[in-house]
Amino acid sequence: MSEVLLECMNLDKRFGGVLALAEVGFSINRGEIYGLIGPNGAGKTTLFNVLTGIYASDAGGFKLAGEALSGLRSDQIAARGIARTFQNIRLFSNLSALDNVMIGRHVRTRAGVFGAILRSRATLEEEAAIEKRALELLGYVGIAARANEVALQLPYGDQRRLEIARALATEPKLLALDEPAAGMNATETLELKKLLERVRADGITILLIEHDMKLVMGLCDRVLVLDYGRSIAEGPAREVQRDPRVIEAYLGGTTTGVSVA
Amino acid sequence: MRGVNIFANPQAKWLGVALIAIALIGLPFALASVGTAWVRIANLAILFVFLSLGLNIVVGFAGLLDLGYIAFYAVGAYVYALLASPHFNLHLPFWVILPIGALVACLFGVLLGAPTLKLRGDYLAIVTLGFGEIVRIFLNNLSQPVNITNGPQGISRIDPFRFGAFSFSQSESVLGLVFSGPIKYYYLLLLLLLLAIVVNLRLQHSRIGRAWEAVREDEIAARAMGINTTGIKLLAFAMGASFGGMAGGMFAAIQGFISPESFVLVESVMVLSMVVLGGMGNIWGVVLGAVLLSFVPELLRYTVEPLQKALFGRSIIEPEVIRMLLFGLALVLMMLYRPAGLLPSAVRKRELTKAATE
Repeated sequence: MSEVLLECMNLDKRFGGVLALAEVGFSINRGEIYGLIGPNGAGKTTLFNVLTGIYASDAGGFKLAGEALSGLRSDQIAARGIARTFQNIRLFSNLSALDNVMIGRHVRTRAGVFGAILRSRATLEEEAAIEKRALELLGYVGIAARANEVALQLPYGDQRRLEIARALATEPKLLALDEPAAGMNATETLELKKLLERVRADGITILLIEHDMKLVMGLCDRVLVLDYGRSIAEGPAREVQRDPRVIEAYLGGTTTGVSVA
Repeated sequence: MRGVNIFANPQAKWLGVALIAIALIGLPFALASVGTAWVRIANLAILFVFLSLGLNIVVGFAGLLDLGYIAFYAVGAYVYALLASPHFNLHLPFWVILPIGALVACLFGVLLGAPTLKLRGDYLAIVTLGFGEIVRIFLNNLSQPVNITNGPQGISRIDPFRFGAFSFSQSESVLGLVFSGPIKYYYLLLLLLLLAIVVNLRLQHSRIGRAWEAVREDEIAARAMGINTTGIKLLAFAMGASFGGMAGGMFAAIQGFISPESFVLVESVMVLSMVVLGGMGNIWGVVLGAVLLSFVPELLRYTVEPLQKALFGRSIIEPEVIRMLLFGLALVLMMLYRPAGLLPSAVRKRELTKAATE
């Protein structure tokens, strides 16, 4: 179980004079749910953006299953197995839920212009398989009934689920979720927790940014805490929770327990 | 993602299709009885539908504003003219040149796209506008030191389409029906147009079509889903340009004469207007837009002057002026009442109404 899937080595990211990430290094094992927490502005989303090729790191690098991915474009990284969701949901909002997930299949399918024009048997079969898989994934995240609804008009929680389904459609090795529970009520959060446990059980490793500490503590095997771009603690969730540095980063004081929402 | 369903029940649909088919087949004879000029106008209208379909791939599907689209039409037309006229004394058959024209135009599409597709929105529009003008100015000036395009005089006596002894420029009578040159062209163009529509419909509802939609909707998300956005945008440019090139070749053959004057900026704007008027992203809308904007101005040309003569005894306003006036009025009305076009695609309509309420 302790085979390393993602390995980050001394990642630096600078925006002008601001050091958004400073020598961040950690590794995620295959099959883990790995939490990434820290106060607002700690560099969590920046780290996601580096890992998914939206930003290039200024120093350091990262490997997925032993293959160095730093410097590659977003689409190349997605093809190699890192899929993500966004903090401020970025669905293809005017398309149907089904189309959103079908677009996620793009990277695992091949039909080109000529296939599309000639509608060869291979293309038709592939197209049918794409639709079938997309419907399965909508069912997997629990919104199969909404397949033909426009993404924009879905309830908030369902939009988050749809984003996860779309990311899963790319067949990731690592699923990176940026605050998937944000804006969800307690019931929705609980359902999300079950969904993520199921994703993990199906062999996909998860990297999770989350502010809902209850969810993080209940779900994550290990947690990395960032503050001002630096990694200040790492380890099993229970231990990290009691780390004085973490408490100070969150509360700026000397309280004995963390109960940050 | 499915096409717009014009007719709800399938029987009515097939009846509708049959009626449209009969109307399209009979149309040139009806037009010819008014005047052969009208058949020529119908042929040009088909070419414009062709062009609009091509531009729709770029603007409607991929969401890239291209203001220099007519350049690809020009490239296709000149390729045809140079390979089938006394200018270089080359007379290749049309079915060889049309694909070459499409290919060369496609190459120009890539040439334009590769360096510019990092630009977005307005910036891309400006660069494409510049590209359109560059091509036209080149055509105007490539007569020295080596005479390639014959400059502003253009190229004349371009070969018509010909299969062996069967030429599309001569009239023929079959079973008492007279098929004039333009009527023969009409059927050929109609056939090619049908093919083009099928190609477009299939592209739209394919993996590639979905990738274009994704890029149009949210480029960053599209990239994060593994779509090579630069490649897919380049593909849209190349496909659109190929359609332009094909149409250009047909234009050269039908007219028998081309010069840079036919490929000015206003023509790019005109084709874009057709796409926007009809409804970006919806193939049937685009067809409607192109047909309307091709025929209405001609109708005006033939009615405005006689009408004024009858009413006032003389012509007060030139047809051309009225045309532009009505054009402007139509644009204003469109913006107010149907910003997504006459037959908008469902997706595009949502995009535009959302933009309006934000």
